[in-house]
Amino acid sequence: MTPPSTSPNEETETAEAVPSKKITQRPFFQALIWLGVAGFVILLGWLLGDYRGGFYQLPLGGWVNTGVEWLIVNWAVFFDVIKDVTAAVLNNLEKFLLWLPWWSVLALIILLAWRLAGRRVAIFTGVAMYFIGMLGLWDLSMSTLALIATAVLISVVLGIPTGILCAYSDHVDAIERPILDAMQTMPAFVYLIPALMFFGIGKVPGVIATVIFALPPAVRLTNLGIRQVPVELVEAAHAFGSTSSQLLFKVQLPMALPSIMAGVNQTIMLSLSMVVLAAMIAAGGLGREVIMALGQVDVGRGFVAGTAIILIAMVLDRVTQSLGKVRRRAKAA
Amino acid sequence: MSEMEKPIVKISCQNLWKVFGRNPQHALNLIKDGMSKEEVLEQTGHVIAVRDISFDVTEGEIFVIMGLSGSGKSTLIRCINRLIKPTMGRIFIDGVDLSTMSGAKLRRTRRHKVCMVFQQFALFPHRSVVDNAAYGLEVQGVEKAQRKKRVLEALEMVGLKGWENSYPDELSGGMQQRVGLARALAVDPEVLLMDEPFGALDPLIRRQMQDEFINLMSVVHKTIVFITHDLNEALKLGERIAIMKDGQIVQIGSPEEIVSVPADEYVTEFVRDVPRSKVVSVRNIMREPELKLYRWQGPKVALHAMSEKNIRRAFIVDSWGRLSGVITLNEVARAIVRHVQRLDEVAREHALQIGPDQAIEEVIPLAASSDNPVAVVDEGGRLIGEVPRVALLLGMMGKENSNDTT
Ligand SMILES: Nc1ncnc2c1ncn2[C@@H]1O[C@H](COP(=O)(O)OP(=O)(O)OP(=O)(O)O)[C@@H](O)[C@H]1O
Ligand SMILES: [Mg+2]
Repeated sequence: MTPPSTSPNEETETAEAVPSKKITQRPFFQALIWLGVAGFVILLGWLLGDYRGGFYQLPLGGWVNTGVEWLIVNWAVFFDVIKDVTAAVLNNLEKFLLWLPWWSVLALIILLAWRLAGRRVAIFTGVAMYFIGMLGLWDLSMSTLALIATAVLISVVLGIPTGILCAYSDHVDAIERPILDAMQTMPAFVYLIPALMFFGIGKVPGVIATVIFALPPAVRLTNLGIRQVPVELVEAAHAFGSTSSQLLFKVQLPMALPSIMAGVNQTIMLSLSMVVLAAMIAAGGLGREVIMALGQVDVGRGFVAGTAIILIAMVLDRVTQSLGKVRRRAKAA
Repeated sequence: MSEMEKPIVKISCQNLWKVFGRNPQHALNLIKDGMSKEEVLEQTGHVIAVRDISFDVTEGEIFVIMGLSGSGKSTLIRCINRLIKPTMGRIFIDGVDLSTMSGAKLRRTRRHKVCMVFQQFALFPHRSVVDNAAYGLEVQGVEKAQRKKRVLEALEMVGLKGWENSYPDELSGGMQQRVGLARALAVDPEVLLMDEPFGALDPLIRRQMQDEFINLMSVVHKTIVFITHDLNEALKLGERIAIMKDGQIVQIGSPEEIVSVPADEYVTEFVRDVPRSKVVSVRNIMREPELKLYRWQGPKVALHAMSEKNIRRAFIVDSWGRLSGVITLNEVARAIVRHVQRLDEVAREHALQIGPDQAIEEVIPLAASSDNPVAVVDEGGRLIGEVPRVALLLGMMGKENSNDTT
């Protein structure tokens, strides 16, 4: 059963929410399927693994290694393309930010904050960014900003369409949900290493690891935002003869915008929280500063770098928080 | 009246069924095998929302569908523009079958021909009043200047001039529904589907909207299917009313037929509290005039005729039977004394008169203002009957024409 608010089809009916009581086979069938799966896994373990301490041993780790190796060999071109594109975006952005004189970047950021979030946030932004410069961390901050911007860009480009897909199909949603959970809860070190293997040392695996961690809220909140559009409005759009893309772009996306923007805001915050980890695989920026300080047990240097990260986080948060909201007033005025 | 053109059928629903559930066809078969709606729900979980409904709506008509909550009104009206696909049966608009239509064709019909107004307004909160009203045109791809012109016209029609740049949440309920109405009118569709459009408004605003709606509809000529669960609204707006119960139509008729001749208990219960004077028309309680005098007759003839019938007042008509006045016994007597030759020299010109299709309610103030009977005249001004006070009282009590003895 598809949710009524999201079906793209103009012949859609409102939810037919009457489950048949009499189809007793359904739970039975499900139990059977689960039993089958369990049996299959045990059988596999028995066939392929050894038998230790009462458990059939499942060589899952071995399988994953084999799989990764296979991917590295056979999908090399695919990963290279991803690597090159990401590196191109990231490096050019970073170079550009560092090429501009610091005051023009500062002016740009302040202007952006002012347009998006108003005067108070603009003032705060100016003060915070100047302070970072005073700490001597301007260049490193620009690297970090470039890294985050690239990761967020990729997350948004992948996340919003995926979120739309999830909203349109309960099946996709059901498959996506555990994957997103895994992306957020799997310890980052676990995928940091394979990221290294696929993309080599440097900034690209850092970006990829950041995307893995920061992508889920973009998907989730896009999905949620579209599903929350009232059924009546979707119905009204259909009643006036909207095509499915008109429905999406004229009704669903604009109405989901605050939610989507909240998702983007979270994505930004999460990617910022990855900068230190990403620095461990040589992603550079403020993260590397923290790691070096740790290595030298230089508490002061670590504190300074940490402060810069916090300030950037606060600036980005304040600026993006108001994204979904300001639109309408600006338009009404 | 007699030479009206044959009405054109605009919307025709034929044997519509809608079953909600996993396997509607199965449920349909069970019903055909004689199982009741409740049994089907109990045993298979299927809801029979619309059950074998057929009706025609003629062009320019306001067709009201009325019924209690859950009787299937919304489902039925959504079948007409195919927001819901009927399980069985056909829908024709202008003779074109919508029940099998899909894709671009269906969209074109919805864009140009059939628009809908919703109970909860269903306005887009992220769009301003103009942008809401422009939605239909925007979807059609009408270019901007043209769009703006038509939308402003529509907004002016519904009395929202000056509110163009407001947002829905800044408007009262009544104004929001005006936007809803403007959104539909901007497209200039031939058919308007209205699902309890005034249902969410408080009574005072609702009545005001009804009045405005009636005025508006006399300007823009549309075929309307109007849903309500308010009988007064139905009687006020409907040219014909269909009463629904449990997914079926139990009666279709004019307001007067519904109130005077309820088809069954259910309808009777529905209309029990309706003041009859609101819907029963004068035609039903009028009598033949007891005496018609002609303008050219003399007072002596009149006196004779009146005393023979033992009445104190009589209507005077011209040679074509058109009402020209009224005269009392006293006036006749005075005329005789003054040697008047013709009645029209002494008759009072202004008799109280009313049309046969007006509601009894409208006779009451006339009757109260004088003790002359009220004359009933047709469009040509011809005297076709009279309403004596007794008949009026009896009519209000539901006994029209029961004392026709003459
Ligand atoms: N999507 C649906 N799935 C299952 N049952 C439905 C669905 N929509 C409506 N129904 C059922 O169909 C019946 C008719 O509903 P409908 O909304 O047409 O009634 P209504 O006359 O419009 O009532 P109201 O005056 O409350 O709006 C109800 O019993 C309702 O529960
Ligand atoms: Mg309804």
